[in-house]
Amino acid sequence: MLAQRLARPSTFRSLPAFLMMAIVLPLLAGCGYNTIPTAEENAKAAWSEVLNQYQRRADLIPNLVETVKGYASHEKDTLDAVVEARAKATQITVTPETLKDPEALKKFQDAQAGLTSALSRLIAVSEAYPDLKANQNFLALQAQLEGTENRIAVARRDYIQAVRDYNLTLKTFPSVLWATFWFRSNEPFANFTVDEDKMQPPKVDFGTKQGG
Amino acid sequence: MISWADEGRRLGRLVAVALFVLALPFAALAADLPALTGRVVDNAGIIDAGTRAALTQKLAAFETKGSDQIVVATIPSLGGEEIEPYANRLFRFWKLGQAKENNGVLLLVAPNDRKMRIEVGYGLEGTLTDLHTKLIIENDMVPAFRAGDFSGGISKAVDDMIMVLEGNPEELVARGERNQQPPINTDNLFFAVFIGIWAIIFFGSMAASILPPIFGQKLGPGRYRWLGMTFEPGRRSSSGGWSSGSSGGGWSSGGGGGGFSGGGGSSGGGGSSGSW
Repeated sequence: MLAQRLARPSTFRSLPAFLMMAIVLPLLAGCGYNTIPTAEENAKAAWSEVLNQYQRRADLIPNLVETVKGYASHEKDTLDAVVEARAKATQITVTPETLKDPEALKKFQDAQAGLTSALSRLIAVSEAYPDLKANQNFLALQAQLEGTENRIAVARRDYIQAVRDYNLTLKTFPSVLWATFWFRSNEPFANFTVDEDKMQPPKVDFGTKQGG
Repeated sequence: MISWADEGRRLGRLVAVALFVLALPFAALAADLPALTGRVVDNAGIIDAGTRAALTQKLAAFETKGSDQIVVATIPSLGGEEIEPYANRLFRFWKLGQAKENNGVLLLVAPNDRKMRIEVGYGLEGTLTDLHTKLIIENDMVPAFRAGDFSGGISKAVDDMIMVLEGNPEELVARGERNQQPPINTDNLFFAVFIGIWAIIFFGSMAASILPPIFGQKLGPGRYRWLGMTFEPGRRSSSGGWSSGSSGGGWSSGGGGGGFSGGGGSSGGGGSSGSW
Protein backbone atom coordinates (compact mmCIF):
# COMPACT_ATOMS: atom_id res chain seq x y z
CA MET A 1 0.00 0.00 0.00
CA LEU A 2 2.68 2.41 1.03
CA ALA A 3 4.80 1.48 -1.91
CA GLN A 4 1.87 1.93 -4.23
CA ARG A 5 1.09 5.32 -2.85
CA LEU A 6 4.70 6.36 -3.19
CA ALA A 7 4.90 5.07 -6.71
CA ARG A 8 1.74 6.76 -7.81
CA PRO A 9 3.07 10.30 -8.17
CA SER A 10 6.07 9.16 -10.21
CA THR A 11 4.04 7.06 -12.62
CA PHE A 12 1.59 9.89 -12.86
CA ARG A 13 4.38 12.24 -13.75
CA SER A 14 5.87 9.87 -16.32
CA LEU A 15 2.56 9.31 -18.07
CA PRO A 16 2.76 12.55 -20.06
CA ALA A 17 6.32 11.65 -21.00
CA PHE A 18 5.16 8.30 -22.32
CA LEU A 19 2.31 9.90 -24.18
CA MET A 20 4.73 12.41 -25.67
CA MET A 21 7.02 9.64 -26.85
CA ALA A 22 4.13 7.61 -28.18
CA ILE A 23 3.13 10.60 -30.25
CA VAL A 24 6.58 11.91 -31.17
CA LEU A 25 8.22 8.64 -32.24
CA PRO A 26 5.76 7.87 -35.06
CA LEU A 27 5.98 11.53 -36.04
CA LEU A 28 9.73 11.10 -36.38
CA ALA A 29 9.11 8.60 -39.16
CA GLY A 30 6.20 10.65 -40.48
CA CYS A 31 8.36 13.76 -40.52
CA GLY A 32 10.72 12.15 -42.92
CA TYR A 33 13.58 10.60 -41.00
CA ASN A 34 13.28 7.72 -43.45
CA THR A 35 12.90 9.86 -46.54
CA ILE A 36 16.56 10.40 -47.28
CA PRO A 37 17.84 6.83 -46.77
CA THR A 38 14.90 5.49 -48.77
CA ALA A 39 15.51 7.83 -51.68
CA GLU A 40 19.22 7.07 -51.56
CA GLU A 41 18.68 3.33 -51.73
CA ASN A 42 16.20 3.76 -54.58
CA ALA A 43 18.75 5.77 -56.55
CA LYS A 44 21.44 3.17 -55.92
CA ALA A 45 19.10 0.39 -57.03
CA ALA A 46 18.26 2.33 -60.18
CA TRP A 47 21.97 2.71 -60.88
CA SER A 48 22.53 -1.02 -60.46
CA GLU A 49 19.88 -1.58 -63.09
CA VAL A 50 21.66 0.82 -65.45
CA LEU A 51 24.93 -1.06 -64.95
CA ASN A 52 23.12 -4.36 -65.38
CA GLN A 53 21.71 -3.35 -68.76
CA TYR A 54 25.00 -1.92 -70.02
CA GLN A 55 26.66 -5.18 -68.97
CA ARG A 56 24.00 -7.10 -70.87
CA ARG A 57 24.89 -5.11 -73.98
CA ALA A 58 28.60 -5.74 -73.47
CA ASP A 59 27.89 -9.47 -73.17
CA LEU A 60 26.13 -9.54 -76.52
CA ILE A 61 29.02 -7.99 -78.41
CA PRO A 62 31.56 -10.86 -78.68
CA ASN A 63 28.89 -13.04 -80.29
CA LEU A 64 27.83 -10.25 -82.63
CA VAL A 65 31.42 -9.55 -83.69
CA GLU A 66 32.06 -13.24 -84.37
CA THR A 67 28.92 -13.50 -86.50
CA VAL A 68 29.72 -10.41 -88.53
CA LYS A 69 33.32 -11.54 -88.98
CA GLY A 70 32.12 -14.72 -90.67
CA TYR A 71 30.47 -12.75 -93.45
CA ALA A 72 32.28 -9.45 -93.59
CA SER A 73 35.83 -10.19 -92.55
CA HIS A 74 37.26 -7.26 -94.47
CA GLU A 75 35.36 -4.74 -92.36
CA LYS A 76 38.24 -5.19 -89.97
CA ASP A 77 38.44 -1.54 -88.89
CA THR A 78 34.81 -1.35 -87.84
CA LEU A 79 35.03 -4.66 -86.01
CA ASP A 80 38.22 -3.66 -84.23
CA ALA A 81 36.65 -0.34 -83.23
CA VAL A 82 33.75 -2.18 -81.59
CA VAL A 83 36.03 -4.58 -79.73
CA GLU A 84 38.19 -1.71 -78.56
CA ALA A 85 35.25 0.41 -77.46
CA ARG A 86 33.81 -2.55 -75.59
CA ALA A 87 37.08 -3.15 -73.75
CA LYS A 88 37.22 0.50 -72.80
CA ALA A 89 33.61 0.60 -71.65
CA THR A 90 33.84 -2.53 -69.51
CA GLN A 91 36.97 -1.23 -67.76
CA ILE A 92 35.12 1.72 -66.26
CA THR A 93 32.59 0.88 -63.63
CA VAL A 94 30.90 3.34 -61.33
CA THR A 95 29.98 1.74 -58.01
CA PRO A 96 27.07 3.20 -56.05
CA GLU A 97 29.61 4.58 -53.57
CA THR A 98 31.24 6.78 -56.21
CA LEU A 99 27.99 8.08 -57.67
CA LYS A 100 28.61 11.41 -55.94
CA ASP A 101 31.47 12.08 -58.34
CA PRO A 102 30.24 13.73 -61.55
CA GLU A 103 33.67 13.13 -63.16
CA ALA A 104 33.42 9.38 -62.72
CA LEU A 105 29.93 9.34 -64.17
CA LYS A 106 31.08 11.47 -67.09
CA LYS A 107 33.91 9.05 -67.86
CA PHE A 108 31.55 6.09 -67.70
CA GLN A 109 29.07 7.92 -69.86
CA ASP A 110 31.69 8.80 -72.50
CA ALA A 111 32.98 5.25 -72.69
CA GLN A 112 29.46 3.85 -73.15
CA ALA A 113 28.66 6.51 -75.74
CA GLY A 114 31.81 5.45 -77.63
CA LEU A 115 30.56 1.88 -77.67
CA THR A 116 27.12 3.02 -78.80
CA SER A 117 28.50 4.84 -81.83
CA ALA A 118 30.92 2.02 -82.73
CA LEU A 119 28.00 -0.42 -82.61
CA SER A 120 25.78 1.73 -84.77
CA ARG A 121 28.56 1.90 -87.37
CA LEU A 122 28.86 -1.89 -87.32
CA ILE A 123 25.12 -2.28 -87.85
CA ALA A 124 25.20 0.24 -90.68
CA VAL A 125 28.09 -1.59 -92.37
CA SER A 126 26.36 -4.94 -92.08
CA GLU A 127 23.51 -3.57 -94.19
CA ALA A 128 25.72 -4.13 -97.23
CA TYR A 129 25.88 -7.92 -96.73
CA PRO A 130 22.65 -9.69 -97.72
CA ASP A 131 23.97 -13.09 -96.59
CA LEU A 132 24.72 -11.70 -93.17
CA LYS A 133 21.31 -10.09 -92.90
CA ALA A 134 19.67 -13.41 -93.74
CA ASN A 135 21.66 -15.21 -91.05
CA GLN A 136 19.37 -16.42 -88.25
CA ASN A 137 21.98 -15.88 -85.60
CA PHE A 138 22.54 -12.31 -86.74
CA LEU A 139 18.80 -11.64 -86.69
CA ALA A 140 18.56 -12.94 -83.14
CA LEU A 141 21.50 -10.85 -82.02
CA GLN A 142 20.06 -7.77 -83.65
CA ALA A 143 16.72 -8.27 -81.89
CA GLN A 144 18.49 -8.70 -78.57
CA LEU A 145 20.69 -5.68 -79.18
CA GLU A 146 17.70 -3.55 -80.04
CA GLY A 147 15.86 -4.75 -76.94
CA THR A 148 18.88 -4.09 -74.78
CA GLU A 149 19.29 -0.56 -76.08
CA ASN A 150 15.68 0.06 -75.14
CA ARG A 151 16.20 -1.45 -71.70
CA ILE A 152 19.20 0.84 -71.24
CA ALA A 153 17.01 3.82 -72.14
CA VAL A 154 14.35 2.74 -69.63
CA ALA A 155 16.94 2.10 -66.90
CA ARG A 156 18.50 5.51 -67.52
CA ARG A 157 15.12 7.24 -67.31
CA ASP A 158 14.40 5.45 -64.04
CA TYR A 159 17.81 6.43 -62.71
CA ILE A 160 17.33 10.07 -63.69
CA GLN A 161 14.00 10.09 -61.86
CA ALA A 162 15.37 8.32 -58.77
CA VAL A 163 18.35 10.68 -58.52
CA ARG A 164 16.12 13.69 -58.97
CA ASP A 165 13.94 12.46 -56.11
CA TYR A 166 16.97 11.79 -53.92
CA ASN A 167 18.64 15.12 -54.64
CA LEU A 168 15.38 16.91 -53.95
CA THR A 169 15.10 15.35 -50.50
CA LEU A 170 18.53 16.78 -49.70
CA LYS A 171 17.48 20.26 -50.75
CA THR A 172 13.82 20.67 -49.93
CA PHE A 173 11.89 21.18 -46.72
CA PRO A 174 11.28 19.31 -44.48
CA SER A 175 13.81 16.60 -45.33
CA VAL A 176 16.55 19.22 -45.68
CA LEU A 177 16.42 19.51 -41.86
CA TRP A 178 17.38 15.85 -41.57
CA ALA A 179 20.09 16.38 -44.17
CA THR A 180 21.66 19.23 -42.21
CA PHE A 181 21.33 17.78 -38.73
CA TRP A 182 21.66 14.07 -39.23
CA PHE A 183 22.70 12.90 -42.72
CA ARG A 184 25.60 15.28 -43.13
CA SER A 185 27.71 12.92 -45.20
CA ASN A 186 24.97 12.46 -47.80
CA GLU A 187 25.76 14.27 -51.01
CA PRO A 188 23.68 14.65 -54.17
CA PHE A 189 24.29 12.00 -56.82
CA ALA A 190 25.46 12.92 -60.29
CA ASN A 191 22.81 12.55 -62.96
CA PHE A 192 22.83 12.01 -66.70
CA THR A 193 22.59 15.33 -68.43
CA VAL A 194 19.83 16.05 -70.88
CA ASP A 195 22.11 16.23 -73.91
CA GLU A 196 23.55 12.82 -73.29
CA ASP A 197 20.15 11.38 -72.77
CA LYS A 198 18.91 12.69 -76.07
CA MET A 199 21.50 10.58 -77.84
CA GLN A 200 19.75 8.11 -80.03
CA PRO A 201 20.40 4.43 -79.69
CA PRO A 202 21.66 2.84 -82.90
CA LYS A 203 18.80 2.22 -85.27
CA VAL A 204 18.67 -1.45 -86.10
CA ASP A 205 17.11 -2.04 -89.47
CA PHE A 206 16.00 -5.53 -90.26
CA GLY A 207 15.80 -4.81 -93.94
CA THR A 208 12.17 -5.81 -94.00
CA LYS A 209 10.92 -2.43 -95.03
CA GLN A 210 11.12 -2.97 -98.75
CA GLY A 211 7.45 -2.29 -99.30
CA GLY A 212 6.63 0.21 -96.58
CA MET B 1 -12.51 44.16 -40.97
CA ILE B 2 -12.40 44.82 -44.66
CA SER B 3 -8.73 43.99 -44.81
CA TRP B 4 -9.49 40.70 -43.08
CA ALA B 5 -12.02 39.78 -45.71
CA ASP B 6 -9.53 40.82 -48.35
CA GLU B 7 -6.90 38.70 -46.70
CA GLY B 8 -9.26 35.77 -46.62
CA ARG B 9 -10.12 36.15 -50.26
CA ARG B 10 -6.48 36.41 -51.23
CA LEU B 11 -5.66 33.33 -49.19
CA GLY B 12 -8.49 31.46 -50.86
CA ARG B 13 -7.18 32.42 -54.28
CA LEU B 14 -3.67 31.38 -53.28
CA VAL B 15 -4.90 27.98 -52.12
CA ALA B 16 -6.87 27.56 -55.34
CA VAL B 17 -3.80 28.39 -57.42
CA ALA B 18 -1.63 26.08 -55.34
CA LEU B 19 -4.09 23.21 -55.73
CA PHE B 20 -4.29 23.83 -59.45
CA VAL B 21 -0.50 23.84 -59.80
CA LEU B 22 -0.25 20.67 -57.72
CA ALA B 23 -2.88 18.92 -59.78
CA LEU B 24 -1.38 20.01 -63.09
CA PRO B 25 1.32 17.34 -63.48
CA PHE B 26 -1.15 14.56 -62.63
CA ALA B 27 -3.70 15.91 -65.05
CA ALA B 28 -1.04 16.29 -67.74
CA LEU B 29 0.26 12.76 -67.15
CA ALA B 30 -3.14 11.16 -67.05
CA ALA B 31 -4.60 13.15 -69.91
CA ASP B 32 -2.43 11.79 -72.71
CA LEU B 33 -2.69 8.16 -71.65
CA PRO B 34 -5.85 6.23 -72.49
CA ALA B 35 -7.85 4.53 -69.75
CA LEU B 36 -7.71 0.76 -69.32
CA THR B 37 -11.28 -0.04 -70.27
CA GLY B 38 -10.78 -3.73 -70.96
CA ARG B 39 -8.40 -6.27 -72.40
CA VAL B 40 -8.82 -4.71 -75.83
CA VAL B 41 -8.60 -0.91 -75.78
CA ASP B 42 -9.34 0.04 -79.37
CA ASN B 43 -9.09 3.82 -79.26
CA ALA B 44 -8.08 4.00 -82.91
CA GLY B 45 -11.12 1.97 -83.93
CA ILE B 46 -9.32 -0.49 -86.21
CA ILE B 47 -10.50 -3.78 -84.71
CA ASP B 48 -13.94 -5.03 -85.74
CA ALA B 49 -16.46 -5.92 -83.07
CA GLY B 50 -16.39 -9.66 -83.64
CA THR B 51 -12.62 -9.86 -83.35
CA ARG B 52 -12.67 -7.65 -80.28
CA ALA B 53 -15.14 -9.94 -78.49
CA ALA B 54 -13.18 -13.03 -79.48
CA LEU B 55 -9.88 -11.49 -78.35
CA THR B 56 -11.33 -10.36 -75.03
CA GLN B 57 -12.65 -13.84 -74.35
CA LYS B 58 -9.41 -15.51 -75.40
CA LEU B 59 -7.28 -13.21 -73.25
CA ALA B 60 -9.56 -13.61 -70.23
CA ALA B 61 -9.38 -17.40 -70.57
CA PHE B 62 -5.61 -17.20 -70.87
CA GLU B 63 -5.32 -15.11 -67.73
CA THR B 64 -7.30 -17.60 -65.67
CA LYS B 65 -4.92 -20.31 -66.82
CA GLY B 66 -1.56 -18.73 -66.09
CA SER B 67 -2.36 -15.31 -64.59
CA ASP B 68 -0.52 -13.61 -67.47
CA GLN B 69 -2.23 -10.40 -68.53
CA ILE B 70 -2.12 -9.62 -72.23
CA VAL B 71 -3.67 -6.34 -73.32
CA VAL B 72 -4.18 -5.09 -76.88
CA ALA B 73 -4.24 -1.32 -77.25
CA THR B 74 -4.58 0.88 -80.30
CA ILE B 75 -4.16 4.64 -80.27
CA PRO B 76 -4.67 6.91 -83.27
CA SER B 77 -1.36 8.74 -82.90
CA LEU B 78 1.69 8.88 -80.66
CA GLY B 79 1.72 12.66 -80.69
CA GLY B 80 5.33 12.90 -81.83
CA GLU B 81 6.70 10.58 -79.15
CA GLU B 82 8.73 7.47 -79.96
CA ILE B 83 6.71 4.30 -79.53
CA GLU B 84 9.18 2.67 -77.10
CA PRO B 85 8.94 5.24 -74.26
CA TYR B 86 5.21 5.64 -74.85
CA ALA B 87 4.57 1.90 -74.60
CA ASN B 88 6.68 1.67 -71.46
CA ARG B 89 4.81 4.58 -69.87
CA LEU B 90 1.44 3.08 -70.77
CA PHE B 91 2.48 -0.35 -69.48
CA ARG B 92 3.54 1.09 -66.14
CA PHE B 93 0.46 3.31 -65.97
CA TRP B 94 -1.81 0.31 -66.46
CA LYS B 95 0.37 -1.93 -64.23
CA LEU B 96 -0.11 -4.99 -66.41
CA GLY B 97 0.75 -8.38 -64.99
CA GLN B 98 0.66 -9.60 -61.40
CA ALA B 99 2.67 -7.55 -58.94
CA LYS B 100 4.98 -10.36 -57.88
CA GLU B 101 5.38 -11.87 -61.35
CA ASN B 102 5.40 -8.82 -63.63
CA ASN B 103 3.84 -11.10 -66.23
CA GLY B 104 2.08 -8.60 -68.46
CA VAL B 105 2.29 -8.05 -72.20
CA LEU B 106 1.14 -4.96 -74.05
CA LEU B 107 0.52 -5.03 -77.79
CA LEU B 108 0.35 -1.42 -78.93
CA VAL B 109 -0.56 -0.23 -82.44
CA ALA B 110 -0.48 3.39 -83.60
CA PRO B 111 -1.96 3.36 -87.13
CA ASN B 112 -1.28 7.02 -87.98
CA ASP B 113 2.41 6.60 -87.19
CA ARG B 114 2.36 3.14 -88.82
CA LYS B 115 4.13 1.70 -85.79
CA MET B 116 3.54 -1.19 -83.44
CA ARG B 117 5.26 -2.55 -80.36
CA ILE B 118 5.04 -5.57 -78.12
CA GLU B 119 6.14 -4.54 -74.64
CA VAL B 120 6.94 -7.47 -72.35
CA GLY B 121 6.93 -7.28 -68.54
CA TYR B 122 10.07 -8.18 -66.55
CA GLY B 123 8.71 -11.57 -65.60
CA LEU B 124 8.06 -12.81 -69.14
CA GLU B 125 11.27 -11.56 -70.76
CA GLY B 126 12.77 -15.02 -70.50
CA THR B 127 9.82 -16.77 -72.15
CA LEU B 128 8.59 -14.26 -74.70
CA THR B 129 12.01 -13.06 -75.78
CA ASP B 130 12.89 -10.03 -77.87
CA LEU B 131 13.42 -12.32 -80.85
CA HIS B 132 9.98 -13.92 -80.45
CA THR B 133 8.27 -10.54 -80.38
CA LYS B 134 10.32 -9.35 -83.34
CA LEU B 135 9.34 -12.40 -85.37
CA ILE B 136 5.68 -12.04 -84.38
CA ILE B 137 5.72 -8.41 -85.49
CA GLU B 138 7.53 -9.05 -88.74
CA ASN B 139 5.74 -12.26 -89.74
CA ASP B 140 2.21 -11.82 -88.37
CA MET B 141 1.48 -8.15 -88.15
CA VAL B 142 3.48 -6.37 -90.85
CA PRO B 143 2.13 -8.36 -93.83
CA ALA B 144 -1.47 -8.18 -92.58
CA PHE B 145 -1.24 -4.49 -91.74
CA ARG B 146 0.18 -3.72 -95.17
CA ALA B 147 -2.88 -5.40 -96.63
CA GLY B 148 -5.05 -3.26 -94.34
CA ASP B 149 -6.20 -6.23 -92.24
CA PHE B 150 -5.64 -4.93 -88.71
CA SER B 151 -8.05 -7.33 -87.02
CA GLY B 152 -6.47 -10.36 -88.67
CA GLY B 153 -2.89 -9.27 -87.93
CA ILE B 154 -3.60 -8.50 -84.30
CA SER B 155 -5.48 -11.72 -83.60
CA LYS B 156 -2.74 -13.75 -85.31
CA ALA B 157 -0.13 -11.97 -83.19
CA VAL B 158 -2.13 -12.66 -80.02
CA ASP B 159 -2.46 -16.34 -80.98
CA ASP B 160 1.28 -16.61 -81.48
CA MET B 161 2.10 -14.82 -78.24
CA ILE B 162 -0.17 -17.23 -76.36
CA MET B 163 1.46 -20.12 -78.20
CA VAL B 164 4.93 -18.96 -77.14
CA LEU B 165 3.83 -18.43 -73.55
CA GLU B 166 2.22 -21.88 -73.53
CA GLY B 167 5.44 -23.36 -74.89
CA ASN B 168 6.56 -23.80 -71.32
CA PRO B 169 3.41 -25.38 -69.87
CA GLU B 170 4.73 -26.43 -66.44
CA GLU B 171 5.95 -22.94 -65.73
CA LEU B 172 2.65 -21.44 -66.92
CA VAL B 173 0.54 -23.67 -64.68
CA ALA B 174 2.83 -23.04 -61.71
CA ARG B 175 2.51 -19.31 -62.28
CA GLY B 176 -1.26 -19.61 -62.40
CA GLU B 177 -1.37 -21.53 -59.14
CA ARG B 178 0.87 -19.05 -57.41
CA ASN B 179 -1.50 -16.24 -58.33
CA GLN B 180 -4.88 -17.79 -57.75
CA GLN B 181 -7.34 -15.39 -56.14
CA PRO B 182 -8.71 -16.98 -52.96
CA PRO B 183 -12.53 -16.75 -52.72
CA ILE B 184 -12.22 -14.67 -49.56
CA ASN B 185 -9.19 -12.50 -49.33
CA THR B 186 -7.74 -14.08 -46.20
CA ASP B 187 -4.85 -11.65 -46.19
CA ASN B 188 -7.15 -8.71 -45.72
CA LEU B 189 -9.31 -10.51 -43.17
CA PHE B 190 -6.32 -11.43 -41.09
CA PHE B 191 -4.98 -7.92 -41.37
CA ALA B 192 -8.30 -6.38 -40.28
CA VAL B 193 -8.46 -8.64 -37.21
CA PHE B 194 -4.87 -7.85 -36.36
CA ILE B 195 -5.42 -4.11 -36.67
CA GLY B 196 -8.63 -4.37 -34.66
CA ILE B 197 -6.94 -6.12 -31.74
CA TRP B 198 -4.00 -3.79 -31.89
CA ALA B 199 -6.25 -0.74 -31.90
CA ILE B 200 -8.25 -2.01 -28.92
CA ILE B 201 -5.10 -2.59 -26.90
CA PHE B 202 -3.43 0.65 -27.90
CA PHE B 203 -6.30 3.08 -27.84
CA GLY B 204 -8.26 1.23 -25.17
CA SER B 205 -5.62 1.85 -22.54
CA MET B 206 -5.31 5.44 -23.62
CA ALA B 207 -9.07 5.92 -23.50
CA ALA B 208 -9.27 4.23 -20.11
CA SER B 209 -6.94 6.81 -18.66
CA ILE B 210 -8.31 9.86 -20.42
CA LEU B 211 -12.06 9.41 -20.80
CA PRO B 212 -13.24 8.49 -17.24
CA PRO B 213 -11.98 11.77 -15.72
CA ILE B 214 -13.91 13.62 -18.39
CA PHE B 215 -17.17 11.67 -18.57
CA GLY B 216 -17.16 9.65 -15.37
CA GLN B 217 -18.33 10.28 -11.84
CA LYS B 218 -15.61 11.19 -9.41
CA LEU B 219 -15.41 8.79 -6.46
CA GLY B 220 -12.23 10.04 -4.89
CA PRO B 221 -8.74 11.22 -5.83
CA GLY B 222 -7.76 9.36 -8.98
CA ARG B 223 -10.88 7.13 -8.87
CA TYR B 224 -13.69 7.52 -11.34
CA ARG B 225 -16.87 5.60 -12.06
CA TRP B 226 -17.85 5.37 -15.70
CA LEU B 227 -20.05 2.93 -17.63
CA GLY B 228 -20.51 0.90 -14.46
CA MET B 229 -16.79 0.34 -13.94
CA THR B 230 -14.34 1.91 -11.58
CA PHE B 231 -11.26 3.40 -13.22
CA GLU B 232 -8.07 4.42 -11.48
CA PRO B 233 -5.98 5.98 -14.22
CA GLY B 234 -3.12 6.92 -11.90
CA ARG B 235 -2.74 3.32 -10.65
CA ARG B 236 -2.30 1.78 -14.03
CA SER B 237 1.15 0.45 -14.50
CA SER B 238 2.89 2.64 -17.01
CA SER B 239 5.53 0.06 -17.77
CA GLY B 240 3.40 -1.39 -20.55
CA GLY B 241 5.05 0.49 -23.34
CA TRP B 242 3.61 0.29 -26.76
CA SER B 243 3.93 -2.05 -29.67
CA SER B 244 5.87 -0.64 -32.57
CA GLY B 245 3.05 -1.76 -34.85
CA SER B 246 5.02 -2.04 -38.06
CA SER B 247 2.60 -2.87 -40.80
CA GLY B 248 5.17 -5.17 -42.38
CA GLY B 249 4.89 -6.75 -45.79
CA GLY B 250 2.36 -5.30 -48.14
CA TRP B 251 -0.81 -7.05 -49.09
CA SER B 252 -2.34 -7.11 -52.47
CA SER B 253 -5.01 -4.58 -53.10
CA GLY B 254 -7.23 -7.50 -54.06
CA GLY B 255 -8.61 -6.47 -57.43
CA GLY B 256 -11.22 -9.14 -58.04
CA GLY B 257 -14.60 -7.62 -58.71
CA GLY B 258 -16.17 -7.14 -62.07
CA GLY B 259 -13.98 -4.84 -64.15
CA PHE B 260 -10.57 -5.67 -65.52
CA SER B 261 -7.57 -3.94 -64.03
CA GLY B 262 -3.81 -4.34 -64.03
CA GLY B 263 -2.35 -6.55 -61.33
CA GLY B 264 0.49 -4.22 -60.37
CA GLY B 265 3.20 -5.47 -62.72
CA SER B 266 5.91 -3.42 -64.37
CA SER B 267 8.12 -3.52 -67.43
CA GLY B 268 11.74 -2.65 -68.00
CA GLY B 269 11.48 -2.16 -71.73
CA GLY B 270 11.56 -5.74 -72.95
CA GLY B 271 10.05 -6.73 -76.30
CA SER B 272 10.47 -5.07 -79.65
CA SER B 273 8.93 -2.64 -82.08
CA GLY B 274 8.26 -2.52 -85.76
CA SER B 275 6.64 -0.45 -88.46
CA TRP B 276 4.82 -1.08 -91.70
